[in-house]
Amino acid sequence: MAAEDPMKNLGSLMAAYLAVWAIFFAFHITVAQRLAHLQSEVERLKETLRQTRQ
Amino acid sequence: MNWLPTLGVAALLAVAGYAALFVAPTERTMGLIQRIFYFHVPSAWTAFVAFFVAFVANIAYLLRRAPKWDWLGVSAAEVGLAFCTVVLVTGPIWARPVWGIWWTWDARLTSTFVLWVLYVSYLLLRTLISEPERRAVASAVFGIFAFLDVPLVYMSIRLWRTQHPQPVIAGGRGSGLDPRMWQVFLTCWAALLALMVLLLVQRYRLEALRREVEEMAIEGERRNTRAS
Repeated sequence: MAAEDPMKNLGSLMAAYLAVWAIFFAFHITVAQRLAHLQSEVERLKETLRQTRQ
Repeated sequence: MNWLPTLGVAALLAVAGYAALFVAPTERTMGLIQRIFYFHVPSAWTAFVAFFVAFVANIAYLLRRAPKWDWLGVSAAEVGLAFCTVVLVTGPIWARPVWGIWWTWDARLTSTFVLWVLYVSYLLLRTLISEPERRAVASAVFGIFAFLDVPLVYMSIRLWRTQHPQPVIAGGRGSGLDPRMWQVFLTCWAALLALMVLLLVQRYRLEALRREVEEMAIEGERRNTRAS
């Protein structure tokens, strides 16, 4: 395949780069959301345990 | 959250992205589309590293039975799966203009797809077993089995004739990269390895926190039983 047009397949290249960042960003966001959910769960359980101690 | 490592990795990724798009020389026959290589191949190698970490953690769990090895195993498997997904998405985007098809069931593509399915199954298996120790043992055994596909993926283009290009790195006589391409390739791989470590640390924290929640819930139940 000869690369006659220097900008040929630029759209595919951009799509690939966007896909790379989208996948990593989505993964980071899902982990961060799960972390935030668990942190609030820890706070809630700490409060419950404190109340049962009293 | 400590923002310094995150900012460092983001800067490294920005440098790698810039180098892949603007510093690396344009490949003569494929043109621009070849630049996918700078994220496709390093993502594959990074996935292999993550799966190897999971493999070592799985073995360590079976030998030591310490929960931290189970946490590391599942964290590395999940991070490796994200990198493997990048490989499976960017590959067809490259293949369509170069081969004229999105996908073919050759040895490299099939074994990579099987690898992805194996680690998805590993994560699904963990959701099916509620008892922590049984879950850890079953997933460690399955994780060791899943890792056996990694050398197969690596060797597939060396052992069989495939539609997938023959190796340009460590591929023997006639293979190799232009020195500037090498530099960009190594920069991209370093950036993705740094990203892998960052995601792994974050994912490990999640697993440790989950354990803390489980222990607190058990403690709460015990107190309730004692009170009643």
